Amino acid sequence: MHGTRILDEADRLMTVCNSCRYCEGLCAVFPAMEMRRAFSDGDLNYLANLCHSCGACYVDYQFSPPHEFNVNVPKTLAVARAESYAAYAWPQALSGAFARNGLIISVIAALSMAAFILGFAALNDHSVLFGVHTGPGAFYKLMPHNAMAALFSAAFLYAILALVMSVRAFWRDIGTPIGGRADGGSIFQAVRDAGELRYLHGGGVGCYNEDDKPTDRRKLFHHLTFYGFLLCFAATSVATLYHYLWSREAPYPWWDLPVVLGTLGGIGLIVGPIGLFAAKMRRDPALLDEQRYGMDVGFIAMLFLTGFTGMALLVLRETAAMGPLLALHLGAVFALFITMPYGKFVHGIYRFVALVRYAQERRSEAGS
Amino acid sequence: MSSKYDVLVIGGGNAALCAAISARRGGASVLVLEGAPKFYRGGNTRHTRNLRCAHDAATEILTGPYTEEEFWQDLLLVTGGQTDEVLARHMIRESKDILNWIVEQGVRWQPSLGGTLSLGRTNSFFLGGGRAMLNALYLTAERLGVDVEYDAEVTDLVIEDGMFLAARLKRPIKGESEIRATSLVAAAGGFEANIEWLKQYWGDAADNFLIRGTPYNRGSILKMLLDKGVQEVGDPTQCHAVAIDARAPKFDGGIITRHDSVVFGIVVNKHAQRFYDEGEDIWPKRYAIWGRLVAAQPDQIAYIIFDSTVVTSFMPTLFPPIAGQTVAELADKLELDPAALEKTVTEFNAAVRPGTFDHTILDDSVTEGITPPKTHWARKIETPPYLAYPVRPGITFTYLGTRVNKEARMLMADGKPSANMFAAGEIMAGNVLGKGYAAGMGMTIGSVFGRIAGREAAKHARN
Repeated sequence: MHGTRILDEADRLMTVCNSCRYCEGLCAVFPAMEMRRAFSDGDLNYLANLCHSCGACYVDYQFSPPHEFNVNVPKTLAVARAESYAAYAWPQALSGAFARNGLIISVIAALSMAAFILGFAALNDHSVLFGVHTGPGAFYKLMPHNAMAALFSAAFLYAILALVMSVRAFWRDIGTPIGGRADGGSIFQAVRDAGELRYLHGGGVGCYNEDDKPTDRRKLFHHLTFYGFLLCFAATSVATLYHYLWSREAPYPWWDLPVVLGTLGGIGLIVGPIGLFAAKMRRDPALLDEQRYGMDVGFIAMLFLTGFTGMALLVLRETAAMGPLLALHLGAVFALFITMPYGKFVHGIYRFVALVRYAQERRSEAGS
Repeated sequence: MSSKYDVLVIGGGNAALCAAISARRGGASVLVLEGAPKFYRGGNTRHTRNLRCAHDAATEILTGPYTEEEFWQDLLLVTGGQTDEVLARHMIRESKDILNWIVEQGVRWQPSLGGTLSLGRTNSFFLGGGRAMLNALYLTAERLGVDVEYDAEVTDLVIEDGMFLAARLKRPIKGESEIRATSLVAAAGGFEANIEWLKQYWGDAADNFLIRGTPYNRGSILKMLLDKGVQEVGDPTQCHAVAIDARAPKFDGGIITRHDSVVFGIVVNKHAQRFYDEGEDIWPKRYAIWGRLVAAQPDQIAYIIFDSTVVTSFMPTLFPPIAGQTVAELADKLELDPAALEKTVTEFNAAVRPGTFDHTILDDSVTEGITPPKTHWARKIETPPYLAYPVRPGITFTYLGTRVNKEARMLMADGKPSANMFAAGEIMAGNVLGKGYAAGMGMTIGSVFGRIAGREAAKHARN
């Protein structure tokens, strides 16, 4: 017996799968499963986070529902995966944030944006808030750079701390020996596997979405979203370096590196989330963890808002709309940062850690 | 949908789809009638995993050459010579090209990763298993313009003088209708799910058989064809039968109810008596004999008995073994006579002459002085907990079928080839498999004769 009903069900499925093994070539979950005969809670959470939900095993498996063995691996692991986020959340007192995630994320996002707008309005003259500001330092007329940096650093560092603590708990649970370290080779392998979404390929034909005909669209939109996010992050990092190393103040001209990176990233963060959302709307409900719909959509919406407000700010930064748009953009980014450890963002982190663990297992098996 | 096609394919498994694709590529209009609902499409192909093909050199997925002659020798061995040599050799020759042809139809291979099946040299494994392979074939067929109907129950075939004219259909929504076609490919499987029919040959024992595949393989097309003058082939009691877990569902338990632990222990019947040499040959070579052996035992039940030292030597099982701290306690749980089982185990243990145990080769661990002997991998059963799996005959497919020639054309009772009727897959497997089985041969028969049947049916339709 396991800690939760979904882990009991995952255990049942893994026992069925382990006596069949037809799916072993489809992704990493099944070879990882084959290395075990019994499954601890940690093992099941590991397998759940290794699953990319491509749906191939559901479409390819002879015992999927409506067969009486009722083997639905993608859905069961999706639920187990979502429950694992709460199980490893730090501090544990906030694990409840996963239960009504969509609601919580939207409330926090709304409050953050409102706070920035009100803050700008309270601290600045009307003429400043709705004024036209151009040239270096324009943004800081609304909020001093140091205040901005301090606030976002604090939010970001808190998110990092919470994520590190959560991942530590996860790693201890899925690793043997407990507290064992990851080696560089395995981490490199996991970076490659995560970077190309290797296991969202349905065993080579593409992932499944609305029916039994494979497509690669979800993979494409995920790439746009993920690399869009990374590009935006890079834009912010470069801008920070500009500011402190060369005292060059934002906003920068359109051809400058932070703006180029941010523009490309912003396009990714608009197109990617729209595509992911559309794919989710069409997805076969049999594969979906419908209870966590709010969490998934909430995160997609946050990424979209971040990209969209950022792009709007870029386009309209020399107009009177700049002040309110800056408030909206900063509000969105702030909400994204502080909710990161308590929302769908963590799926990427846990999946990466699971991939490291898998690479490690494969290496030790090959070596033995 | 037009009710007149060049080629009508009845059935929805590997043989049917290979026929449909090959006929369509040959320029014919094709309709596939699958009797099962969409989820259960494909009959036993849903549960297959690999295909046995001859090949002259190692490939990305196969570890070494498997010559035509070696394939032929393996077939001779398992059938004990009960095979049509001309057809079998033709099939083996054609199987060489099937490896590539099937990939061109969208089917993907994977290396055998599991390590528990020593078939990496002779058999190619479908990536994702049989249903994945079927999905690929259906996608290709539909892309090429083959029409497919599910839940399409054929109630009658109109055949005159060995010439197919039309099929009558009963469909849940569209009602009854008649479909005419210039050629027919019958690829509708065996009759293993038809217990009443099985009982004609096996008597009440058939009530205790478990059917590994779908409940839709009732042999209705086979029966119609034989009733309308097609020549029959094969022994009706011969079939692919393995020992599967007695706790498996009556139908469609598929692969996960099988046991490959026989060689690691002993097998007793309901009187706690051993009845066959459990160490005769390496699994999976002897895998397919245990179904018939168990079918011959009283009440068609047997028990694989082993101890805790070997549990990790074979594939994990769906149903956990039944355990007892003593042999008597185990017997109690199995509802066997404890004294009889203790006696059998004690006598077996006393007869073991330990050698160097190695389950990957025919080793020298043997018994002496008991009947039947265990000629390899004999080790004492003495480390509690004592464990057991109850097993029953699990029928995969039957061998009674329609006789065909090298063109997959059905032969009529008078020996003349039918003008326009072809057969492929399990419905004609008995031409090649008089008895016995070796892994992947069902798929070889299906793919090779399916492709030929489709090609010939299209050729006939175009003339």
